[in-house]
Amino acid sequence: MAEKTVPSLQDETGLGRREGTRADERYLIPPVDIFETKDGLTVVADLPGVGKDALDIRVAEGILTIEGRAGHAAPGTPVAREYELLSFFRQFELPENVDPDKISADLAHGVLTLKLPKKEAARPRKIDVRTA
Amino acid sequence: MPRWDPFTMMDAMHREIDQAFRERWSDRGPGRGRTAFLPGQGARQYPLVNISEDAQNFYVEALAPGADPKSLELSVAQGILTISGEKSGLAQVTAEAYHRNERAAGRFVRTIPLTADVDASRVSAEYRNGLLVVALPKSEEAKPRQIAINVA
Repeated sequence: MAEKTVPSLQDETGLGRREGTRADERYLIPPVDIFETKDGLTVVADLPGVGKDALDIRVAEGILTIEGRAGHAAPGTPVAREYELLSFFRQFELPENVDPDKISADLAHGVLTLKLPKKEAARPRKIDVRTA
Repeated sequence: MPRWDPFTMMDAMHREIDQAFRERWSDRGPGRGRTAFLPGQGARQYPLVNISEDAQNFYVEALAPGADPKSLELSVAQGILTISGEKSGLAQVTAEAYHRNERAAGRFVRTIPLTADVDASRVSAEYRNGLLVVALPKSEEAKPRQIAINVA
């Protein structure tokens, strides 16, 4: 799956910026695993601090967008900070053979699992050979 | 005028170098060097933690998405908090099926020295949305105490 978020706008800290018009908004690029099975593709993304209600997954014009607002869970005034939770944002171009209507998503312990089934026509079909 | 002492000098130099590195990696201008979430980089400490406090507790928030809740272990001993656990990988996937493989997996241990006294018997923890929040109640001696000033 091709990356849609422009990688050149990403610096070595893992922080990225969106297109120039929204340069002020900084976001994190979640790390993903993408693998293929015979039924389709699975996308697994680490989205720590993102609840179910703060997660937005959409498909438009063949582009899959994963967006999530992450929030800190600990109260109190900060003493030491090693990381910062911003919004997560990443886009992928879906291949032709994925059925966008059948995408399912599951969120558990800050890990998002997206299942992208292939279109029926794109699945390998086993044809039984009959003998007379 | 203070006496010249090579050890004090070394110490000061050490501190200056530390400071220079910290400045390099801390926030200087927009998007510059903030310690963002960069998993899969083995040399870094995992999980990354943020520490905060209020009058009653210290809070340690650890960034540990996808950890198996059953594998998470916490202990406090002699002023050191130890967090360990395991983030399991995708076992059933063969290497050639991967399009991208960016998420790291494996066992992790991290120790965090606690600077103040903590009541180890009342430490509590919660794991939600991939964040582990540990609440460490301050011991009576470590709590801030308001001292009344008598005006004569």
